Amino acid sequence: MNFDFSDDATAIRAHARRFLRERVPAGAVRKHVETSAPFDASLWASFAEMGWLGVTVPEAFGGVGLGYETACVLAEEVGAVAAPVPFASTLYLAAEALLRYGDKAQRLRWLPDVCAGKSIGCFALAEGQGDPAPERLGARVVNGRLTGEKFPVADGAAADFAIVVALTDAAPALFVAELAHPSVTCRGLRTVDPAHPQAALQFTDTPVEALPGGSGWSAVEALLDRAAILFAFEQIGGAQAALDMAVAFAKGRYAFGRPIGSFQAIKHKLADIYVAIEIARSNAYFGAWALERDAAELPCAAATARSAAIHAYQLAAQENIQTHGGMGFTWESDCHVYYGRSKALALTIGGARHWKRALMSRLDARNQAVA
Amino acid sequence: MDFDDSPEEAAFRKEVRTFLEANTVSKAADRTYRKRAMDAEDVARGKAWQAKKADAGFAAITWPVEYGGRGGTMIQHLIYHQEEERFVVPQSLFNQSVGLALPTIMTHGTKAQVARFARPALRGEEIWCQLFSEPAAGSDLGGLRTRAGRDGDNWVINGQKIWTSNAYFADFGMLVARSDADVPKHAGLTFFYIDMRAPGIEIRRIRQISGASNFCEVFFTDVRIPDAQRLGAVGDGWKVAMTMLLNERLVVGQAEGPDFEDILALARHVQLDGAPAAQDVAVRERLADWYIQSEGLKYTKFRTMTALSRGQTPGPEASITKLVSASKLQDIASFGMDLLGMSGAVMDADVAPMNAWFQEALLYAPGKRIAGGTDEVLRNIIAERVLKLPADVRADRDLRFCDIPTSAKS
Repeated sequence: MNFDFSDDATAIRAHARRFLRERVPAGAVRKHVETSAPFDASLWASFAEMGWLGVTVPEAFGGVGLGYETACVLAEEVGAVAAPVPFASTLYLAAEALLRYGDKAQRLRWLPDVCAGKSIGCFALAEGQGDPAPERLGARVVNGRLTGEKFPVADGAAADFAIVVALTDAAPALFVAELAHPSVTCRGLRTVDPAHPQAALQFTDTPVEALPGGSGWSAVEALLDRAAILFAFEQIGGAQAALDMAVAFAKGRYAFGRPIGSFQAIKHKLADIYVAIEIARSNAYFGAWALERDAAELPCAAATARSAAIHAYQLAAQENIQTHGGMGFTWESDCHVYYGRSKALALTIGGARHWKRALMSRLDARNQAVA
Repeated sequence: MDFDDSPEEAAFRKEVRTFLEANTVSKAADRTYRKRAMDAEDVARGKAWQAKKADAGFAAITWPVEYGGRGGTMIQHLIYHQEEERFVVPQSLFNQSVGLALPTIMTHGTKAQVARFARPALRGEEIWCQLFSEPAAGSDLGGLRTRAGRDGDNWVINGQKIWTSNAYFADFGMLVARSDADVPKHAGLTFFYIDMRAPGIEIRRIRQISGASNFCEVFFTDVRIPDAQRLGAVGDGWKVAMTMLLNERLVVGQAEGPDFEDILALARHVQLDGAPAAQDVAVRERLADWYIQSEGLKYTKFRTMTALSRGQTPGPEASITKLVSASKLQDIASFGMDLLGMSGAVMDADVAPMNAWFQEALLYAPGKRIAGGTDEVLRNIIAERVLKLPADVRADRDLRFCDIPTSAKS
């Protein structure tokens, strides 16, 4: 029994934690937001230098090929500081789509630049309200040209290219689009998580290339499943950070002549958050196991890990504010960094309702296969 | 990251499976739901199974070989139970003997005492119970009032214990009693073992909500025990009891009863608005939550096993298993009954599906949230020992025990 991360992944985690806590200390995300930059470009350059942007990419395409266990621990550490960089969009979704579905020329065109930090990717699925579903798609590709509006697109303004889900005559499919093309317009959207901007991308007869392996809604689902596990780790990182903040505050803040952390009303609340995080963490571990092996259990594991992580992070972030009292409601505290982040992460690639529904359908299918 | 046994673990698991397959049947082949209170026949069956386990070397895996154990590891203990869970075996009566009482005697008793008690406990010939809780001392165990008065080479015990599992067929008990009421409460306790047939002991069974009687009250009237039956120094009873309760958390574990697969089976069977309830959106949302919790607990256990496999000691983190599973059990039982609509409260097996399992569980689930550390105590443990939050303010701290306010004298 060795249900834990490899020694290599553990060592990389320790290094990432040291680096990120020093580079993105308390207050840094708030300061970044006040610069109005779409992301922290110098932090992104450091990620590239350390090989983090190529962690899942084979060496042949400019990466370091350390695998998904390592990607999971990096996602957790990035989530812990709510780093204002397009890590999820670029790594979990755009690079992953190219790796899974792109041909060699497409991979060579984009992945070395991604790994070097020269090219940022985003994932354009949503078209307004609703959960991920083929029925929600209106954007269409005809003769290699895409027309339609995609919003919200996380990191759409920062990105150089987009992986787009769009309709074709046959079925929904995945395409890659260069965003510098004059036929693309980008409009920034305000969100509850200002450190991670979202955008609306308007495509009008924009030239796109189909990813040859990415045809059909099942290809989109498989991509979202893999990303969901990495998102879960990022959410767990954030949840743990919010809990750590609440615990530290509860130890130091005195009321009625004693630390508020000695009151059971606070203790039990924080214990419940700990439990929610551990349930999410254990489920995410199983997700990491499935992701590394591309196991048959991956779809159920992903839906489970994602749902548990959404719950844990939202609970931790909202109760962190509650524990801080009035101070937690101000811009001057980092509480809102996690609060906004927890909600934005809970909704991107579909929220808890969507993933629980997916989980139950997958369990139905699994049980039918057994029976 | 893998779930594979090491070669040694795999060999041990194979040995366990061979033993279980040769001596019992798997649950898949013979699934029964209803949980009954123990009668004499159950006790006899339990003892016979324990002797078989002892002969095969599985009754006390972590005990030293010199006391009849296997000298094995905690991971082997867990592997055995992982395998045994899948087989039909009599309900165990020996967790307290093997997991709590004898380890305490091995730590605090004499060689002669271990030699006298280890083998009969191991083989199930003698059963031990735990005499800790009292009517006025549950979560606040340190507030217990049963008196131990010194009389030469003897002690005289007066008072009452409660919630004693299996006392009516136990042969010996582990007793913690107050030897000094003029010092702060935790400093005035002393630990003994006691013959449950000693004169002056009266045992009454408690009738629970369900009508079953798994627990007893035990009354002590001038019960005399020799000082040789004291374990640990006079006044060290709290310390001895705490080392024993550390083991309890490993023994208690997951609350048994209907789980995700069972509520799913019920929801497939029950009709709601003309279709199986398992197709209802609101029902599915609840089912998903329980699946997520069950899976989370399963993989938390694998993480614990990994720590054990590396020779680490699992910390208070293990508390989450009982905390989560007890409430989950109560919720699933209640929701299962809700699915049955107006007939949900009926317990007759011809009306209530699955042999009234959900109704039975509703009635015993509250006990799971209390026994072996209440939900509230477990949250305190997580808050104080895992999150390192400051201890609660204690109104009785530093007071002499006899000066502490109680319900009777507040």
